[in-house]
Amino acid sequence: MNAAASPDTAPVLDVERLRADFPILAQEIHGQPLVYLDNAATAQKPLAVIQTLDRYYREYNANIHRGVHTLSERATAAHDDARGKVRDFINAASDKEIIFTRGTTESINLVAQSYGRANLKAGDEILITEMEHHSNIVPWQILCEQIGAELRVVPIDDNGEVMLEEFERLLGPRTRLVSIVHVSNALGTINPVRDMTARAHELGAVVMVDGAQAVPHGRVDVREIGCEFYAFSGHKLFGPTGIGVLYGREELLDAMPPYQGGGDMIKMVTFDKTVYNDLPHKFEAGTPHIAGAIGLGAAIDYISGLGLAAIQAHEHDLLEYATAAVAAVDGVRLIGTAAARAGVLSFIMDGIHPHDLGTILDHDGIAIRAGHHCAMPVMDRFGVPATARASFAFYNTRQEADQLVRGLEKAKKVFS
Amino acid sequence: MDIKDLYQEVIVDHNRSPRNFGPMEDADRKLEGFNPLCGDRLTLYLKMDGDRIGDIRFDGHGCAISVASASLMTEAMKGKTVAEAEALFETFHDLLTTDQQEPDLDKLGKLAALAGVRDYPTRVKCATLCWHTLHSALEGEDAPVSTE
Repeated sequence: MNAAASPDTAPVLDVERLRADFPILAQEIHGQPLVYLDNAATAQKPLAVIQTLDRYYREYNANIHRGVHTLSERATAAHDDARGKVRDFINAASDKEIIFTRGTTESINLVAQSYGRANLKAGDEILITEMEHHSNIVPWQILCEQIGAELRVVPIDDNGEVMLEEFERLLGPRTRLVSIVHVSNALGTINPVRDMTARAHELGAVVMVDGAQAVPHGRVDVREIGCEFYAFSGHKLFGPTGIGVLYGREELLDAMPPYQGGGDMIKMVTFDKTVYNDLPHKFEAGTPHIAGAIGLGAAIDYISGLGLAAIQAHEHDLLEYATAAVAAVDGVRLIGTAAARAGVLSFIMDGIHPHDLGTILDHDGIAIRAGHHCAMPVMDRFGVPATARASFAFYNTRQEADQLVRGLEKAKKVFS
Repeated sequence: MDIKDLYQEVIVDHNRSPRNFGPMEDADRKLEGFNPLCGDRLTLYLKMDGDRIGDIRFDGHGCAISVASASLMTEAMKGKTVAEAEALFETFHDLLTTDQQEPDLDKLGKLAALAGVRDYPTRVKCATLCWHTLHSALEGEDAPVSTE
């Protein structure tokens, strides 16, 4: 996804109708209709995904890649099929480049421990930004401790945008790996990952992109970005929890050592020598989350059916509307005002702690997140202990944004 | 249930104007309490007068529940013996974590305003952070207290 998409030409989503595809949305919380604005934490699941999981367990649950029986063949085919859907979804060149993981966190740890330990050495530098989620900080800190590399951090400005001149300055001959978030979970900022990747490549660095918050909001093309690695989670993409993806360029994955050892990642094992399996299986030790992968495939089918351009256009309109409405509430300060944002509206209110706001809004059926959003350095940067975060999906509406605003006004009354 | 059952007037007031707030220069015990899940952080200062709490103050930041709880606690604790303080800690803890019919107003006084917190399980730690910190401080511990 990028900031320059033109929402004007996109088809229009029939949001009222598609909300019926999400059974969980049709409920009341504390006697009020649920307004689910915590999509950056996890997104809700369409019936198509729920039924796919149900059908898998009812009709063809079996282990993959090993049974000669019919159920195993069916499960294997569906699992392989899901990998193909992921490949097409992010425009990877081959199924070999799609590694199923538990989620974005595991994908980043895989790259740090496999690529990082094999290719980086003492004195090398790893470059991240100040807006990273803890999952794109800590794996690199662990790696640095193991091999003596150094972690460098590109600062962000008051709007929550990466300071590109600082990126330029910090990028140097010792930079071997750059790992950057595509869309910030705490600020909503869309980073210019294609340009940053190109610049990093000029200096010979390998680039990893954390796409957990990007894939639900618009089309992502890993070959257009040009990065070596791209990670995302199934559950933020309307799929099951516990399934995620690591995209890696084939020639790099091929040269990397395995991350974990076990069944399925080997061709032959003796006590003297083990021959590892081909890609992508080399990185998928043990029985995988078969249902999860198939469910993720169903989620991708569902959102592809709606159209990524239509989703992006609706969300763009909604986020602009909600941002203006929330900013107009007296006492609100937005945290994260980048020119290009997606999905996330982070803010604080005078005299009302985000946790109290979260409780008061929940009382009216409105689910938001309050806290540091696993991005404590971002909170430090803006000098706040926590923020309130409303995060949107394509099934959210302007009416729900209005309800959020009414909730904020009510909170002010409670504390007046 | 009304949201005002949780955010009672006493709580809103003590959040806006916390009592005994700010550092104590001549404290003889000082302990930090931290809730890593939400980032609430407070420092508790104690000045003992023999077996009694001669003075008690706190500072830091947190939600209304944690600030009001700390403020009310410091008011209630001033002049209490260690045994009385521990007994009140038990009573308060039971108030938030067990199914009592009615809070014991004789024992709790203004602290009963926090009774509504027990209906919000995710917020109980906000209300008890300062109490656990006090409990540890009275036992002479100096490692920061964490809710996790």
